[in-house]
Amino acid sequence: MQKKFKIEVDCANCAAKIEQAISKLPGVNNVSVSFMAQKMVLDAEDERFDEVLQASVKAAKRVEPDFEIEL
Amino acid sequence: MTKKQKKTLKRIIVSALLYLTAALLTSALTLPGWACLMIFLIPYLTIGYDVLRKAVLGIIHREVFDENFLMAVATVGALCLREYSEAVAVMLFYQIGEFFQSYAVGKSRQSISELMDIRPDSANLERADGRVEVVDPDNVPIGSVLVVRTGEKIPIDGVVLEGESSLSTAALTGESKPRFVRCGDEVISGCVNGDGLLKIKTTKLYGQSTVAKILDLVENSSLKKARAENFITRFAHYYTPAVCIGALILAVVPPLVLGGGWSEWISRALTFLVISCPCALVISIPLSFFGGIGGASRSGILVKGGNDLENLAHIDTVVFDKTGTLTKGTFAVSRAEPAQGISREELLEQAALAESFSSHPISKSLREAAGAPDTRRAANAREIAGQGVCTQVDGRTVLAGNARLMEEQGIAFVPNNRAGTIVYVARDGQFLGSVLIADEVKENARKAIDGLKAAGVRTVMLTGDSESVARKVGEDLGLDEVHAELLPDGKVQQVEELLADRSGRGKLAFAGDGINDAPVLMRADVGIAMGAMGSDAAIEAADVVLMDDDPSKITLAMKTARKCMRIVYENIVLALGVKAICLILGAMGIANMWAAVFADVGVMVLAVLNAMRMLSVKKQ
Repeated sequence: MQKKFKIEVDCANCAAKIEQAISKLPGVNNVSVSFMAQKMVLDAEDERFDEVLQASVKAAKRVEPDFEIEL
Repeated sequence: MTKKQKKTLKRIIVSALLYLTAALLTSALTLPGWACLMIFLIPYLTIGYDVLRKAVLGIIHREVFDENFLMAVATVGALCLREYSEAVAVMLFYQIGEFFQSYAVGKSRQSISELMDIRPDSANLERADGRVEVVDPDNVPIGSVLVVRTGEKIPIDGVVLEGESSLSTAALTGESKPRFVRCGDEVISGCVNGDGLLKIKTTKLYGQSTVAKILDLVENSSLKKARAENFITRFAHYYTPAVCIGALILAVVPPLVLGGGWSEWISRALTFLVISCPCALVISIPLSFFGGIGGASRSGILVKGGNDLENLAHIDTVVFDKTGTLTKGTFAVSRAEPAQGISREELLEQAALAESFSSHPISKSLREAAGAPDTRRAANAREIAGQGVCTQVDGRTVLAGNARLMEEQGIAFVPNNRAGTIVYVARDGQFLGSVLIADEVKENARKAIDGLKAAGVRTVMLTGDSESVARKVGEDLGLDEVHAELLPDGKVQQVEELLADRSGRGKLAFAGDGINDAPVLMRADVGIAMGAMGSDAAIEAADVVLMDDDPSKITLAMKTARKCMRIVYENIVLALGVKAICLILGAMGIANMWAAVFADVGVMVLAVLNAMRMLSVKKQ
């Protein structure tokens, strides 16, 4: 399943790092974080999507404490 | 400016004032070291507290190569070396740079959404009892009746039920020529109603309408990242740690080897840390692509992602489908060759009347060319399968059809060998002449091909049409290669062959009208769908979507892409070059922390300004 989220990231490098951190999580098929569009597309396994999403948000906040997401 | 930005700006101004006061105070009075530190700590903490906070969080999360951490170490280090003024200045400039970045990015984001100002805010829904209600376009079911007043955008794709008007498609296609619509015509969301009241019946939901699709496509384009962007993020991933290690070596090794001079070398190492911030590099690339895609969309060229824009810039072969792409796909009389003693008008009139019972596009084009003569003059039309028709016109027998018809009927005729469909006409056994009907070449096709050739691109045309027609079009337009009489899967095969024998880095683009050529659009490096307003399959399959069917937009798209890539490379060279020079000068002790701040913030500002140039894509 693929879902799009509105996010808030402050810098381009943070976005790149968040993308990298999330892509390493188990259950994530693909992820793209765009600083320019302030959007994130998460593609993860259907049955554990919510769980993966939670983990992704946690990972993102670790990299960038100011990371915000509209769920 | 957002709330956050306003707050930051205030902080910057306040700390700048505090910093000036501190600098004046410490230079006017001779104060002990600790007092100086205290005075400079006030502006330092005002401007840098969030950086310090994030640096601490970074350490807790083991994210040491984060730029907050780097800035914190560099400035705290400077404070320890008693370079109080530098420490505050570096932090201040860093924050100014960050502020400028967020402002510039916000601005370009905003100007792109203004370019794409096609989102309808509301729809005027007409209820069964005739009341008109303003509703959210999202809540309009298929088959509803909407009222569109003068100056309003058509919110949802549909068909005109009542009224006539001219529509402006400028926001969608970049063309200012209005389009006239009346009852029964299909209308596309995003067009602006010019001068009449329209009632339309919706044929789609808002989410499936053209306007929603376009917005979705442009908004998501930055999620499909270009190779240049991925390269630079990967580069930053190694660059920062490498420079930090360099800083550590610089701080420790020379003093040990040379003996002493610790503070000097540590100061140089701190300069390294400031230079190691990767943000200028990382921001400039996606911003350039974002600007390029936004600028292109203003001219009715929708590019689905940064990678597609990148491929577009590297095109060295463009393969065109003929019908609907280079030619209009409609038939028109292109030439009439009357026999001796017969006028052109008479020939066309007789042909049109003979064919007046047929609804074939060829008969339609004859009627148009003859100025729609009174069809009551024709009677008793009889079709002769595979040959043509035999009709009574003004009481005389008129034959219209191909060469075989003339032969079978034993009529002496002059064969016409031109490319296209030929209609021979005879009356009461006497040959009247022949009419050539051909698919018309689009006005801008020649311009498109010339533009591509000037850019050094090979042009190829594929068509299912006959060899002679294809060769004619090919010669008229000056195409490099023409492949005719291809079946739909033959086109895919032909593209495969062209893909196989292209050389090096060059990319192959296929341009089609989106009808029946989805497989080829997918197979090509860059699939360009033309005239895609309303065609879902084409928007799905293509990488680049041209809103109207003007082939010269392909040239424009390529030029835009090349300009964008030039800016991308300029920014990469600028950012890397300045950083490299500063690193060398910093190691030699020539560049101090001020130069380092310029290498980071100044370069970023320049890169951002350079990238913003993409927003002003000129029309051809």
